[in-house]
Amino acid sequence: MPVRDYIRERFFPHIWCPGCGHGTVMGSMIRAIENLGIKKSDIVVVSGIGCSSRICGYLDFHTLHTIHGRALAFATGVKLSRPELTLIAPMGDGDAFAIGGNHLIHAARRNIDITAIIMNNSIYGMTGGQYSPLTGYGDFATTAPYGNIDRSFDVVKLAMGAGASFVARTTTYHVRSMIKILEKAITHKGFSVVDILSQCPTYFGRKNKLESAVDMLKYYKTHTIPIGSKEKEKNPDLIERGIFVQEKYPEYCAEYDKIIEKASKER
Amino acid sequence: MKKNLLFVQGNEACVEAALYAGLEFFAGYPITPSTEIAELLSYRLPKKGGKFIQMEDEISSMCAIIGASLTGKKVMTATSGPGFSLKQEAIGFAVMTETPCVIVNVQRGGPSTGLPTSVSQGDIMQARWGTHGEHAIITLTASNNQDVFAMTVEAFNLSETFRSPVILLFDEVVAHTRERLIMPEPGEISVVKRLRTSVKEGTDYHPYLPREDGRLPMSDFGGVHRYNVTGLMHDMWGFPSDNPKIVYGLMHHLVDKIEGHTKEITRIKEFFIEDAEYLLISYGSSARTALHVVENRRARGEKVGLLEIQTLWPFPADTVRKRCASVNCVIVVEMNMGQILHEVKKAVDDPDKVFLANQINGSFITPTDILNILRIIQGKGS
Amino acid sequence: MINIMTRKEKKIPVLNREWCKGCGICVEFCPKDALVMDEMEKAQIAYKEKCDGCGMCELLCPDLAIELK
Repeated sequence: MPVRDYIRERFFPHIWCPGCGHGTVMGSMIRAIENLGIKKSDIVVVSGIGCSSRICGYLDFHTLHTIHGRALAFATGVKLSRPELTLIAPMGDGDAFAIGGNHLIHAARRNIDITAIIMNNSIYGMTGGQYSPLTGYGDFATTAPYGNIDRSFDVVKLAMGAGASFVARTTTYHVRSMIKILEKAITHKGFSVVDILSQCPTYFGRKNKLESAVDMLKYYKTHTIPIGSKEKEKNPDLIERGIFVQEKYPEYCAEYDKIIEKASKER
Repeated sequence: MKKNLLFVQGNEACVEAALYAGLEFFAGYPITPSTEIAELLSYRLPKKGGKFIQMEDEISSMCAIIGASLTGKKVMTATSGPGFSLKQEAIGFAVMTETPCVIVNVQRGGPSTGLPTSVSQGDIMQARWGTHGEHAIITLTASNNQDVFAMTVEAFNLSETFRSPVILLFDEVVAHTRERLIMPEPGEISVVKRLRTSVKEGTDYHPYLPREDGRLPMSDFGGVHRYNVTGLMHDMWGFPSDNPKIVYGLMHHLVDKIEGHTKEITRIKEFFIEDAEYLLISYGSSARTALHVVENRRARGEKVGLLEIQTLWPFPADTVRKRCASVNCVIVVEMNMGQILHEVKKAVDDPDKVFLANQINGSFITPTDILNILRIIQGKGS
Repeated sequence: MINIMTRKEKKIPVLNREWCKGCGICVEFCPKDALVMDEMEKAQIAYKEKCDGCGMCELLCPDLAIELK
């Protein structure tokens, strides 16, 4: 089935700016789902608020476009009440790590089978270019006119520390590996966090001397390296990509089914 | 009398009623004085294959039950003042997406941390206007266990009928008072089932197009119809729209579907009203004190009556106006600084004859608190 | 459903001009430089013979405007 069968064509062309990486992430999500052969009616996509979260309108699945930061809380309700459904939660970096940070670490701690896709453009795009928890130290944004002094999270360590059993990072430039990683993340029985560097040429790019989407993709190409590469020692600023964690922990819904068994045996 | 007689707290009556109404999913967070509801459901729900989850805060609890409701389950959450404040944005999302769900708020002393273990009825207006923007809301309350049971089942029924969040506004006294509860037989009280669409797969299912009878059939997430649910203004298919005609239509649908059925939703109880010269209007645990005063005064030949309101929102203004038309004075009895008082003043023909008997110091309102006001009104001094 | 091609038909990108927002990513990262931006700032396949059907343009396109056929 071509990509066209997975989208709600009547809403295209989509609203994302020319060169925005979110369209590429959406395309990769669709191709991963197609490769996995998951039925469209078995998938629920739950998003928050922001550029990335408008993805719900474009995808021909059960789509739930919620409120800022709370996608994972809604998704937990959907998943726990119908564990047989495939839950995917695409979020922005602000959506997931600022207002939604509490829900992210707890969804990870529970290891509930949801795939959290962080469409990480390191900026608040929808509201016009403010800095987010993942904007780099010294980067510029409409609310960091003198340069950002906030240090950002290490997304991988944060997700690992909270207990996520699948943690990966990729970029919109490395599109073939993004599709592979998304396939693994979606099939992974547990909480998956996929940090996808996705360019925002309109705001992050313009404010930080990366003139175009092409420049930003080149930046991703030259400033990221596979996990464990030697260059990391020479240049610690290089960002590692690949699968950092792929563990088997008890999955929350499966554990709750055991409780139901235990409870119904009791008198 | 084979009837199943229980001796329980109000919180337990609420749990029994929710299970009776078909509750399948509960998400909550510990907060005095509603925690017993979560504790009991964590034990009872899995016994019938239902799901309980303690979320990381009240916000995520409210979001989780909306998610679960969209998969076709009857859902509930329970909290108190501080948590009720946190849930407001998500309650607004349930209003906008017309998702059935029940929110229990066991009121305690406010504002802020206030008096966690003491009674108050200070959240009435928050139930009505807590979430932002124009909207309508259904809010029920009760003064004793049997009514807690009835109103909880009613809350589930109304939330399914009107596809709307329904707020159950209890208070610490009702929640923690242990008294008898007669358990109805299965089927004795009618329970409204989730109305699902009969539209076949592949045909256009509109999640937001009411039928002639005004009801809105749903389609479970995971079912054959794939559609969009969003907090944005949306068209009948659930997709974002800022077209003024659609916005006007949806705004009126969201408000009129409830305010237009106030009569149908109204639940009140009347005691000694027919010949009353002085009418007490009360609700929740205050109504217990008010009823005591009425019975006490009637025994002395004074024509005092009580109108107990069980549906706070939409406020039964017509009923209140009619009942107050023929009385000399009206005394609103509530544990706040006057909230239903304002609604009564707006509803009656002569607002100057409406007085307030209240208690705001955290202790339960006593008959004396009411009698002091009644004597002054009757011209007898204190 | 396996698409058995009788003879080795090479798939080449077909551009949806309505959806293409002219970001230039496909043109830049096409391994064979087979694509160009036309005067309307829309991507276009200019050198069919150079294209080896690798599909990078289709995967990279943020507008889902390219489909290999």
